[in-house]
Amino acid sequence: MAERTAVLGVGQTKYQTTRGDVSLPGLVREAAYRALEDAEVGWDDIDAVVVGKAPDFFEGVMQPELFLAEALGAVGKPLLRVHTAGSVGGSTAVVAASLVQAGIHRRVLTLGFEKQSESNATWALSLPQPFSVSINAGAGGYFSPIIRQYMARTNAPELIGCMVAFKDRQHALLNPYAHLQQKELTFDQVVESPMLWEPIRFSETCPSSDGACAIVLGDEAAGDASTKPVAWIHGAALRSEANNFPGRDEVNPQASRDCADDVFAQAGITDRRGEIDEVEMYVPFSWYEPMWLESLGFCEIGDGWKLVEEGATHLDGGDLPVNCSGGVLSSNPIGASGMIRFAEAALQVRGMAGDHQVDGARKAFGHAYGGGAQYYAMWIVGADKPTS
Amino acid sequence: MSTDPSVTPAALSGEVHLPEKLADVEPVRSVRTPIRLEYDFIPGAASSGYLNAFADRKILGQRSPVDGAVFVPPRGVDPRHGAATPDYVELPDTGHVGGFCVTRLPIPGRDDLEIPYVSAWIHLDGADIGFLGLVAGIDTSEVRMGMRVRAVWKPDDQLGRTAENILYWEPSGGPDIPVTAAGTNAWHAKQITESEEQAAGEGR
Repeated sequence: MAERTAVLGVGQTKYQTTRGDVSLPGLVREAAYRALEDAEVGWDDIDAVVVGKAPDFFEGVMQPELFLAEALGAVGKPLLRVHTAGSVGGSTAVVAASLVQAGIHRRVLTLGFEKQSESNATWALSLPQPFSVSINAGAGGYFSPIIRQYMARTNAPELIGCMVAFKDRQHALLNPYAHLQQKELTFDQVVESPMLWEPIRFSETCPSSDGACAIVLGDEAAGDASTKPVAWIHGAALRSEANNFPGRDEVNPQASRDCADDVFAQAGITDRRGEIDEVEMYVPFSWYEPMWLESLGFCEIGDGWKLVEEGATHLDGGDLPVNCSGGVLSSNPIGASGMIRFAEAALQVRGMAGDHQVDGARKAFGHAYGGGAQYYAMWIVGADKPTS
Repeated sequence: MSTDPSVTPAALSGEVHLPEKLADVEPVRSVRTPIRLEYDFIPGAASSGYLNAFADRKILGQRSPVDGAVFVPPRGVDPRHGAATPDYVELPDTGHVGGFCVTRLPIPGRDDLEIPYVSAWIHLDGADIGFLGLVAGIDTSEVRMGMRVRAVWKPDDQLGRTAENILYWEPSGGPDIPVTAAGTNAWHAKQITESEEQAAGEGR
């Protein structure tokens, strides 16, 4: 049986367009210190460090985990880097958790980061292959055709995406760490914002953020010893698939479904919508909320947009609140974005999410995807220790 | 975790004191360092065959030895089965539009593209995956999934060993492929049709 594993502490930086006051090492150190403070442990208590970020050509620093080793207190300790594109923050947390679950380490610090102000993501995601046709404009250009397919399959009303975007920006106002704080934003402004990658509007896309997120994970004894509430891991799973093969379901990829089935089975959850109290889901483009609601089995295939329309995913009054933190649509330091989802899920079940807390949350779902919607990382955390 | 991001972690709250001789120096906040990298591109066996064929106005794919699925561009492997795909297949320059995007912002390195433009997954007749192409010769609002298209090539004297020989894809007329059998739906639609034909054959 795997060692029971808990989130002991979480640390985030305030997400914003430019953190010009800190270098990359300064940025990650800030998140790491906050996580250590929250976990009430010091550097000496950490046995290993697991780091994730977007591909190196974003900031143009090769293998930054090596140059960040000192800032992360990792000198002389095992230091591991995880690579799974946009899902990397989630995958990194799952890998870190596995080191505790396997009984290898007692406490592991895991951290994801991105300094988009020192990078050009659209350039990095539009790198042409030599002698091929270069017409793909960043991530939006890639995901727009998939969203169009979802709309065609489900006949979802045209403004569902705008509803998601408006909801997440309202949630962000309750999270002081969120990048976008658009107090004056109206739903009509979301609808009227310009089309970038039709059918994706400007307001339905994520911002470019600087930021880092860190989590301290501990074994059962460390979790039991904590003076603060901890978040127990009830399930953690990774899946991936190729991004182009005959018959690939791009809207609802098999790797996504398999990963969800695995993590819910580990957690012993059969009524997904009923038993999960909050979902932190990777939604960089608004339409991915209804798409993932279906793929993750929170509703029937074709019904995801109905949950959005009826307000089920709102913190205020919804039975399945999604992205109470404001989500990726409100903060996107790419390499950290997946880990933020995992960390925010943990904060919810610890009762430490502040103004965006779901009252009485006992189980929460953290989710990340990346690449051509081909890499998946998920975990379920609970306020109670898992029984098995 | 502190719910207040403005609170500096205690360990970082100490003051930084500069040496006296640096006291009046303007702090450097960032440095811009443009870099460039030049490299030789060696495309590998499958891509070499594909790129060389373009010089003769031909589009080559590769066939899976497992179930006959045709991949374009060829990568030398069927990723579903981990099987090598040594056999090339010549494909026509006609097909249909699968998923597509109407892009309304410029992209790096393509100043020549007029905005808005349509990038689409082109599913060639006889191929079982799509590849990216530009769709033009039609108003962007008229493009649809399942629309039949054909390649518009550069003049013969400008052809090179590159996929850029195809300037864009234009509507070729004829009835659309139904959305349920277009793009990434095509493979499953074909399996169903084949099993129905097989069932009909067995019935005879």
